[in-house]
Amino acid sequence: MTRKQKRLAIIGGGVGFLTAAVLLVMFAFSQAVAYFYVPGDLAKASVAPGTRIRLGGLVETGSVKRGEGRTVTFNVTDTLATVSVTYTGILPDLFREGQGVVAEGAFAAGSPVFVADTVLAKHDETYMPKDVADRLKAQGVTLGGKENIR
Amino acid sequence: MIIELGHYALVLALATAIIQAWLPIAGVTRGDRALMELASSAAVVCFLLVAFSFAVLTFAYVTSDFSVRNVWENSHSLKPLIYKMTGVWGNHEGSMLLWLLILVFFSALVSLFGRSLPETLKATVLAVQAWIAGAFALFILLTSNPFARLIPAPGEGKDLNPVLQDIGLSIHPPLLYLGYVGFSVCFSFAVAALIEGRIDAAWARWVRPWTLAAWTCLTAGIAMGSYWAYYELGWGGWWFWDPVENASFMPWLAGTALLHSALVMEKREALKIWTVLLAILTFSLSLLGTFLVRSGVLTSVHAFATDPTRGVFILAILVIFIGGAFSLFALRASHLKAGGIFAPISREGALVLNNLILTTATATVLTGTLYPLLLEALTGDKISVGAPFFNMTFGLLMLPLIAVVPFGPLLAWKRGDLAGAAQRLFAAAAIGLVVAATCYYAANGGPVLAPLGIGLGAYLILGALTDLVLRSGLGKVAGGVAWRRLTGLPRSAFGTALAHIGLGITLIGIVTVTAFQTEVVAEMKPGAMIDVGRYSLRFDGMRQGRGPNYTEERGHFTVSRGGVAVTEIWSSKRLYPARRMPTTEAGIRTFGLSQLYVSLGDQMAGGGIVVRIWWKPLILCIWGGALVMMAGGIVSLSDRRLRVGAPSRARKAVLATGAAE
Repeated sequence: MTRKQKRLAIIGGGVGFLTAAVLLVMFAFSQAVAYFYVPGDLAKASVAPGTRIRLGGLVETGSVKRGEGRTVTFNVTDTLATVSVTYTGILPDLFREGQGVVAEGAFAAGSPVFVADTVLAKHDETYMPKDVADRLKAQGVTLGGKENIR
Repeated sequence: MIIELGHYALVLALATAIIQAWLPIAGVTRGDRALMELASSAAVVCFLLVAFSFAVLTFAYVTSDFSVRNVWENSHSLKPLIYKMTGVWGNHEGSMLLWLLILVFFSALVSLFGRSLPETLKATVLAVQAWIAGAFALFILLTSNPFARLIPAPGEGKDLNPVLQDIGLSIHPPLLYLGYVGFSVCFSFAVAALIEGRIDAAWARWVRPWTLAAWTCLTAGIAMGSYWAYYELGWGGWWFWDPVENASFMPWLAGTALLHSALVMEKREALKIWTVLLAILTFSLSLLGTFLVRSGVLTSVHAFATDPTRGVFILAILVIFIGGAFSLFALRASHLKAGGIFAPISREGALVLNNLILTTATATVLTGTLYPLLLEALTGDKISVGAPFFNMTFGLLMLPLIAVVPFGPLLAWKRGDLAGAAQRLFAAAAIGLVVAATCYYAANGGPVLAPLGIGLGAYLILGALTDLVLRSGLGKVAGGVAWRRLTGLPRSAFGTALAHIGLGITLIGIVTVTAFQTEVVAEMKPGAMIDVGRYSLRFDGMRQGRGPNYTEERGHFTVSRGGVAVTEIWSSKRLYPARRMPTTEAGIRTFGLSQLYVSLGDQMAGGGIVVRIWWKPLILCIWGGALVMMAGGIVSLSDRRLRVGAPSRARKAVLATGAAE
């Protein structure tokens, strides 16, 4: 190979690799990210069953029910609409009725119940949708349990 | 009074930094040696001033001086002494002061250890360091003063966030900052080279130890942080692809690439422009990380907009330094002469491939970290880019890199023999495949990818050993000769092998835990038994406990195997009254390289408690591999040619280049 061909081989390989990486990132963005919803959004437009989303809001007071040992059901509300959630596992330390929560998971087919595989109620308002916080503040509800760990 | 002295020392440090930033440059342009030498003493003075300032803040914490607002907000008189001290950097103001302290510490090191540097280069490097130090000192003084007073002084402090009251926190941030900020030296060297418009193999030899030192500390810091999150948060996970984690991981990836490209430059004078670019890029990512973590932008784009002083200030620092460095690069890069040429199949070619993959991987992590912020700022849509995204992109990109790592050291410089290298790696690859097949068999089928991943790890480890074996000629020459050759190899050869072995160990740990861990969630009443992996656990009951600044409920578990009690585990939930905050203290028991992890949930009405138990096989490999990588860094750092009293040939080279000017 001449020097020119060698250089072309290197540059061609590099560009090919970068193109593959860009395509991979675009594919992953279309597949592997979860959009954020509050119950009010879901009342307006529903999400296809099986699509991963993050559902944020407050844990409705009096709605937490523990089933067979490890399954918990509770309602997530943004004061406009309410969604029932089931979750199997250990709830985080800061999970409380009347406080902010984010559940990640998907709706089961043909059911209005949201099946969460992750529940976050941690440390700070990171996972508190701003709409919820604002709406609640307007109604004079104070939000507790905010801590910033980092 | 002493508090004001600390504050005053910080102001003086800023003044010193301003002097150090300008006079040496003036000295370089005028050829005034006295002005150039000023940089060295200014760097040491600046370090002493910041160190004094930091000591004063520590003193305020230790004596629980609540008239200092920062101490009141983050400390408590009942907190154990060690956490009073580590609490200094457990908050925004203190951690920025630590950042600055480490930055000026590195400047002082350059000034003390850089005796063999050409004086113009040294003066310029220290001046660039001082620009950064000045910017951050100004940031602390104007927006995040840790010495602000609170009058009248409250009687008791608000306590440190309990999650941070842990020995992991005392080690993690300083190590992380040593790495992060250590790359500032590479940045300063790169900028100085661009200003001087001259760069050669000697430059790479001076930059390499700093890169190595920063990289080693960053490796340790990230591993430590990962282990801390694993045992302290109680979720059983060790890496969450959280933006804060990514902020430290990106400089590590870019730094790893820099480590390899500087090698090409040192040996072959090739890739000059690229190495300079990478040095700038690595520290830019450190600055970006500082911005992401410290500006509040991660909490919410809106939080950043509502309290903009700090965020905007760091953003300004970020734009000025990154923008300035890249502009300088665009202007001056063409002045740097390109060096040696090489064939695509060669050691250089392999290292270029390494750089290509590592920087692409860095770019995907960067995209995944910044995209949600960008989208929220532009459209208001909130998305979460989590583990699935990063596993799909980063994970897939790293696979080819891992496959080619063992080839690198086996290829010759300039023009390599790919078939020959493949032949020599045949044994390593074959054993790797056998390991994969054995795992597949042992796991009774199951996932195919996991055994392949483990096999790849084994191949990586054996490939690194193959290089050492071949270089010593073991099996071809007499044992004694081979041993002498092995011990005669440069330390950097062992460093390379150790770092690659460490990567293999970490890979094996990650794959094994991800694919073969078992998790059980159950409600347990006292006396109940549960099977996890090869062990069974009996829940014996709960007990009340008290610590210095918390109360706790401890659950006792007896672990048995095959009906015989082996050990016991305590797992607890704590309540810190000062902040009314509960935390989970997971109970962890180590068996070899594997661990049992017990985390407590809520107590149920009938006296039972929800318990989450994991069997985590080979999990210690993840951090053990990082330790081996670190050891590789340290061994490389002790290589003769990088040591302070550089060998005489290097000295002559320095004199020669100095004379050639």
